[in-house]
Amino acid sequence: MADEEHFDVQLVVNGAAHNVRVPARRLLSDCIRHDLRLTGTHVGCEHGVCGACTVLVDGVAMRSCLLLAVSVDGSRITTVEGLTERDGTLSPVQQAFEDCHGLQCGFCTPGFLTTITAGLRTNPDPTQDEARDLIGGNLCRCTGYQNIVKSVLRAAEIERERAAP
Amino acid sequence: MTTKMFGEPIARVEDDRLVRGHGAYLDDLGHDALAAAFVRSPHAHAEVLDIDVTGALEVEGLLAIYTYEDLPDRLAEPLPLLIPHPSLTHGRTQYALARDVVNHVGEPIVMVVARDRYLAEDAAERIIVSYRPLPAVVGIDAARAAEHLVHPDVPGNVAANMMQRVGDVDAALRNAPHVLELDLSIERSASTPMEGRGVLARWDPESHRLRLWTSTQTSTGVRAAVAAKLGLALVDVDVITPDVGGGFGVKIMHPWPEEVLVPWSAQLLGQPVKFVEDRREHFISSAHERAQQHHVRVGFDDEGQLLGLDVRFWHDHGAYIPYGLIVPIITSTQLVGPYKPGAYRVEFDSLYTNTVIVTPYRGAGRPQGVFVMERTMDAIAAELGLDRTVVRERNFIRPDEMPYDHGLVFQDGRPLIYDSGDYPTSLEKLKKLVGWDDFAAVRDAARAEGRRVGIGLACYVEGTGVGPYEGGHVVVEPSGKVKVATGLTSQGQGHQTVFAQIVADELGVPMADIEVVTGDTRRFGYAVGTFASRAAVMSGSAIHLAARAAREKALKVAADALEADPDDLEIVDGIVRVVGVPGAEISLGTVAVLSNPLRYAFDDAAKAATQFAVGDTGKPPVPEDEEPGIEGRDYFSPMQSTFASGMHAVVVETDPDTAEIKILRYCVVHDCGLLINPRIVEGQIHGGVAQGVGGALYERMAYDEAGQLQNASFMDFLMPYVSEVPERIEIDHLETPSPLNPLGIKGAGEAGVIPGAAAFAAAIEDAEGFPITAMPISPSELFELRRLHSKGLST
Repeated sequence: MADEEHFDVQLVVNGAAHNVRVPARRLLSDCIRHDLRLTGTHVGCEHGVCGACTVLVDGVAMRSCLLLAVSVDGSRITTVEGLTERDGTLSPVQQAFEDCHGLQCGFCTPGFLTTITAGLRTNPDPTQDEARDLIGGNLCRCTGYQNIVKSVLRAAEIERERAAP
Repeated sequence: MTTKMFGEPIARVEDDRLVRGHGAYLDDLGHDALAAAFVRSPHAHAEVLDIDVTGALEVEGLLAIYTYEDLPDRLAEPLPLLIPHPSLTHGRTQYALARDVVNHVGEPIVMVVARDRYLAEDAAERIIVSYRPLPAVVGIDAARAAEHLVHPDVPGNVAANMMQRVGDVDAALRNAPHVLELDLSIERSASTPMEGRGVLARWDPESHRLRLWTSTQTSTGVRAAVAAKLGLALVDVDVITPDVGGGFGVKIMHPWPEEVLVPWSAQLLGQPVKFVEDRREHFISSAHERAQQHHVRVGFDDEGQLLGLDVRFWHDHGAYIPYGLIVPIITSTQLVGPYKPGAYRVEFDSLYTNTVIVTPYRGAGRPQGVFVMERTMDAIAAELGLDRTVVRERNFIRPDEMPYDHGLVFQDGRPLIYDSGDYPTSLEKLKKLVGWDDFAAVRDAARAEGRRVGIGLACYVEGTGVGPYEGGHVVVEPSGKVKVATGLTSQGQGHQTVFAQIVADELGVPMADIEVVTGDTRRFGYAVGTFASRAAVMSGSAIHLAARAAREKALKVAADALEADPDDLEIVDGIVRVVGVPGAEISLGTVAVLSNPLRYAFDDAAKAATQFAVGDTGKPPVPEDEEPGIEGRDYFSPMQSTFASGMHAVVVETDPDTAEIKILRYCVVHDCGLLINPRIVEGQIHGGVAQGVGGALYERMAYDEAGQLQNASFMDFLMPYVSEVPERIEIDHLETPSPLNPLGIKGAGEAGVIPGAAAFAAAIEDAEGFPITAMPISPSELFELRRLHSKGLST
């Protein structure tokens, strides 16, 4: 069997342009993790159910294990590494997870952080119920979600604190 | 003065790295490694007739294909039976690659190594294995019936029969005014961490050394097993535990076939090799737990006081039994909970089935034992028309009866003796927290509106901090930074934070100056592992002792330098100073420099320790019986486990039409001795409770009669999302110190999950008015029970 056909794909990941050559079947999650070596994005199920691999594709939260890298050619992608401010300051969501003990083993955390980041852009001031809805599609086996819900609310608060003059 | 860190709910030191995406889990390492994939059995029970690899050979990027025939020497022998026991008369373990029979769907048969995982799977899928299917033994009923055998040389599918007894239970039951019999069962579930298993091996042919990274709960256990299998010296094998994405028990099992095969192939191929399990593989080839059937006979008096308890149960341990009898022994012994059972006899059979192996999953046999005991307590209360809390109270071991010897042998081979605990106070707290005494009115008011609500409670005692030992190493660097190592591993429990808290107090250094490493044999080679809620108790105590030794050494060296008495010194914020003498001080870093007499100055600080700068020429530079450096190493090895306890109460509402089960309240009273970090302990409880909810209402391994696991994905195995867990978990703590360790602590990791199934069954029973005897329970099962009971039939 000959080597399979490869395709040129351009991705702007966390603001940096990357040109990669990948086979058509290469998952975006594998491309990000193993080709670009941005290993903050994790793979928990590879069937789109756990949400650990969630990244922002042109600002929209998507499961990178359900996308082929070739299918997002030309997209702007934000991974967990790209949430941190340029000066190294934690983003409000990252800071909130630290403040509220929103993580234990940390494996599912990147997917929560990206999901919540996108969710708070749509709804910057969620109620407790809305905070639960926002994370309703991500699995965590460690925390029982209690402190993740708190982290969502705290992140919204930090956004407001930072926005205040 | 540095704030005391022990007991402070400080934020975790682990988090900064992890929230930035800078964690390093197993598959984040070894990007250039070759990838392994496995051909696994599609049959639950079959003879392997032929393996045809021809089709795979043309796959580009293929490096190797291995079958059982290729395995040399000790690798060709069955994997170890890790925990032998005299009652385990028919122990069988698997081969790293199946020899000529497969015994469960998912058992590995062929290993493929290729340039990347995609190609390895391409090759694996082109390998044709021919089978002769054999009848599969699935479930406890089939195993007990023994119409077919899993292993032809194991009669009745029974690996072990074990009994323990205290007193004359037959006489007690004969003479008891009341006797009840119950049948109670729990189904299979699994740890299911978000990260599966994974292993990466790098062999260095020049130094003849192996470096292995594995997502494990015991790096030293894996090192010993791999060294033995590959014929290497322990000192030539480094095992490093990277960040681990959850364990919950499944990763204490070792060595997994992949853990010995991957290093072996890395050695053969001279290139790094990596295996990362996918989710389906995790379901069908990593361990499960929980499935047990129990038959109870209990005798009691008119007051509900236990006179005799006779428990016979059957434990499904799957196709092989590498982890021995730990789970059913824990059920046998922890079943008695906070109670005095009267005469007690417990007997179990551990049974083979053609399903995935069973090894401890958080709680490890306790959820089943607690389910049995607490359902029994509720049945007694119902029989006598007594309040459920009253029956429990009448049977509690009282605080003044501690230490309490049950006369049984625990999972560590030592007597089951409770060290401390205050069960009546716990119950008082729980009743108050949940509003137990007012609940009848709540229930009646709801019923008047056509709603069904119910309350249940369950109590447990958990042996934690199991031996044999752990160690700790603390060293002060010339920079004043403190480096701490312990051999056991971490999977998200916040060990780096709590161990640093312990060291900060003992050494008087800021948290920011302390770094803790766990699970790296290069840093600490003697260890057991992380299981049985033992890390804080065992390694925490060992690190405390090691830090104390380092402190004593530091004070001695500082006393010389300051010409003071060590007793007059204190260490505050990394500075050793003479109490009450302003300016008489020296930094801990300088003390570290002075403690190591030097010939060569590597920087300005080091000049102070060189041979022309310091030292009494009348004495050896390093005093007799001393060592250079401010360092402490110590071990903690207690006589026995320490027993934590707790009680949960849950209020549920069941839908009158759909039988959906909704959680209205979830309350926890928890006693794990003194708390090192309350925030972390609460986090552990939250996670445990969520797993308890899963085990009670959602999670089960849906094997069909052919042994196919029909829900081997996160689509079908219903692990709770946020929508399934209570909005609030209400927690109250009690802190009964353990007398068995220097910190007065008990384990906290597993507790949250233990009473879940029991408490939910009780609450649903209370809402519905008929007995709940099997868990988990789904709305359709509850619906079916309602139909049966409305027809006047019992189950």
